[in-house]
Amino acid sequence: MRALTWHGTHDVRVDTVDDPEIINSRDAIIEVTSTAICGSDLHLYDGVIPGVRPGDVLGHEFMGRVVETGKDSTLEKGQRVVVPFTIACGGCFHCKVQQFSACENSNPAEKQDMSATLYGHPMAGLFGYSHLTGGYSGGQAEYVRVPFSDVGPIAVPDHLEDDQVLFLSDILPTGWMAAENAEIQPDDTVAVWGCGPVGLFAIQSAIHMGASKVIAIDHYPHRLALAKQMGAEIIDFRKTNVREALMEMSGGIGVDAVIDAVGMEAHGFAIDNMIDIVKQKVGVGADRASALKQALLAVRPGGRVSIPGVYGGMTDKFPLGALMEKGLQVRTGQTHVQRYTKDLLKKIEEGTLDTTFMISHRLPLEDAARGYKCFREEQDSWTKVVLKPGMTD
Amino acid sequence: MRHDRDKGLAGAAVGVGLALGGLAFGAFLTQRRKGGGDDAPFYTRKSPERDDAVLGRTVTIRKPRAELYEFWRDFGNLPQFMENVETIRSEGDHRVWTIKAPAGRTVDVRTEVSEDTQNERIAWRSVEGSDIETSGSVEFTDAPGDRGTRVSLVMSYDPPAGELGRAVAKLFMREPEVQARHDLKRLKMLMETGEIATSARTKDETRKAKQQENG
Ligand SMILES: NC(=O)c1ccc[n+]([C@@H]2O[C@H](COP(=O)([O-])OP(=O)(O)OC[C@H]3O[C@@H](n4cnc5c(N)ncnc54)[C@H](O)[C@@H]3O)[C@@H](O)[C@H]2O)c1
Ligand SMILES: [Zn+2]
Ligand SMILES: [Zn+2]
Repeated sequence: MRALTWHGTHDVRVDTVDDPEIINSRDAIIEVTSTAICGSDLHLYDGVIPGVRPGDVLGHEFMGRVVETGKDSTLEKGQRVVVPFTIACGGCFHCKVQQFSACENSNPAEKQDMSATLYGHPMAGLFGYSHLTGGYSGGQAEYVRVPFSDVGPIAVPDHLEDDQVLFLSDILPTGWMAAENAEIQPDDTVAVWGCGPVGLFAIQSAIHMGASKVIAIDHYPHRLALAKQMGAEIIDFRKTNVREALMEMSGGIGVDAVIDAVGMEAHGFAIDNMIDIVKQKVGVGADRASALKQALLAVRPGGRVSIPGVYGGMTDKFPLGALMEKGLQVRTGQTHVQRYTKDLLKKIEEGTLDTTFMISHRLPLEDAARGYKCFREEQDSWTKVVLKPGMTD
Repeated sequence: MRHDRDKGLAGAAVGVGLALGGLAFGAFLTQRRKGGGDDAPFYTRKSPERDDAVLGRTVTIRKPRAELYEFWRDFGNLPQFMENVETIRSEGDHRVWTIKAPAGRTVDVRTEVSEDTQNERIAWRSVEGSDIETSGSVEFTDAPGDRGTRVSLVMSYDPPAGELGRAVAKLFMREPEVQARHDLKRLKMLMETGEIATSARTKDETRKAKQQENG
């Protein structure tokens, strides 16, 4: 089959690789009809996540048709499904308490040591996201082997287009969980750093959950315009002093909740960020957390901090004092996708959530490498790239 | 490919390691009774007090105690999740473990059950005439609420005698711990999900990975 494979920093290619096969009895094979490039993929592309190996198939946002099933799969051939990026067994303690992205059984035993050493506990398996999370072949391919297919994939009705439901695989639940983690109350002012797909969905979710005001922060005009279209007030951090503006816009109190939808590769020329950029480049691995640091200072005492943005290692000069002295509450994590897919699918069907407004480009899978390059270098206009393996162009 | 070869050898060595030891078993039981001044398991003690020839590891499995006990009691089941154990067959009162060793060799370990308390604890040790000496025990206790069962494996692994044993022990003294950890994870997967997770894309890839691991 054809698949997008990683070969090194800023070097991804569409190669021919072996087709996947059913290996365990709960597996299914999905023929991919749509798959997206995610901000998380850029962290792999930029080489700041450890444990990616040449030849690894990337991609964790995908959907398609079931073409083969293991004997214990509950899927049927021909069924159209969206697949959560988090692989979860459904039977372990963490799955039972719906903390699916902490599933204890989906990361192969021999792959768990790396993340256990880094984080104190092993991570769950994720599709196409380095060997830290299992080394599973990802969804930017014609076919994918999906383990525990009786737990993760959600069947979608034929009257919904791929583009409407594809993001159930990751960013829609991620934006939703980001807002949920911010424990939004009706009178809240909420600030969201980053107007990429995750930030945009977090904004939509926060408004849906009844926040009285959502303020979005980025520096790309088009992305800020999308945020505004979704109902947020906007701040361009290149032009405006963000903290001062947030204090003013929240009546001098500070925002009640902050959402960091930027992650470990924050842009900007703040001095600590520049030092972190250099460290990341020379491989001493400091996460660039400047958006998060700013958020911790901007949130009001007793406020809530939600971090959907991905961090992989350590960071320097973390404002720990602000966290403690202001009595902040922090919630974060890889999204427990399986917890949200059913309810969010219902909202899509009812038309209460718009899931297509951010798609800027649809490309054939063969053009995936160009998709990565542009999504990284022309972020303002390339807001979300969807790859279509079946598309000829 | 030095790295892969090392991994293969290490993998094989730990299989041996797991089944090794023997003499230390009695010693650690005494040590255990002695206690370390706190409530932590004796095998979590810091060096230099720590006895490196003893390893212990606990995993919580969401299955009833009786089911796990029964599964373990049938030693023939163990190779399903113990990667370096090829087979365990019964010969009268004895179990003969065939364990993968470096360079495609195997080692036979002959054991007897030294304790069997229903739904609680199974212990075994090698008998005279076994290629190498070993002892181990597995304990099953209820986890709180509906969390299932805590399964604790304790093994002792004194450096084995003989040329092969010496080489193995020298290179990989700490590896049995890794192997035990992986084996318990695989047991948990098998019991909780009915299968053992693999990220391989093709069956061929799983075969290759196995071969590599076993050197
Ligand atoms: N928790 C999860 O499960 C999960 C799932 C998906 C994505 N993510 C993570 O969410 C983050 C965002 O994903 P995305 O797809 O939206 O990525 P993206 O790269 O498209 O968007 C990031 C946005 O942040 C903006 N930004 C950069 N520095 C900033 C700063 N200092 N202040 C304000 N804005 C800044 C960028 O201009 C960009 O628009 C990534 O870290 C991604 O890995 C997490
Ligand atoms: Zn994603
Ligand atoms: Zn699980």
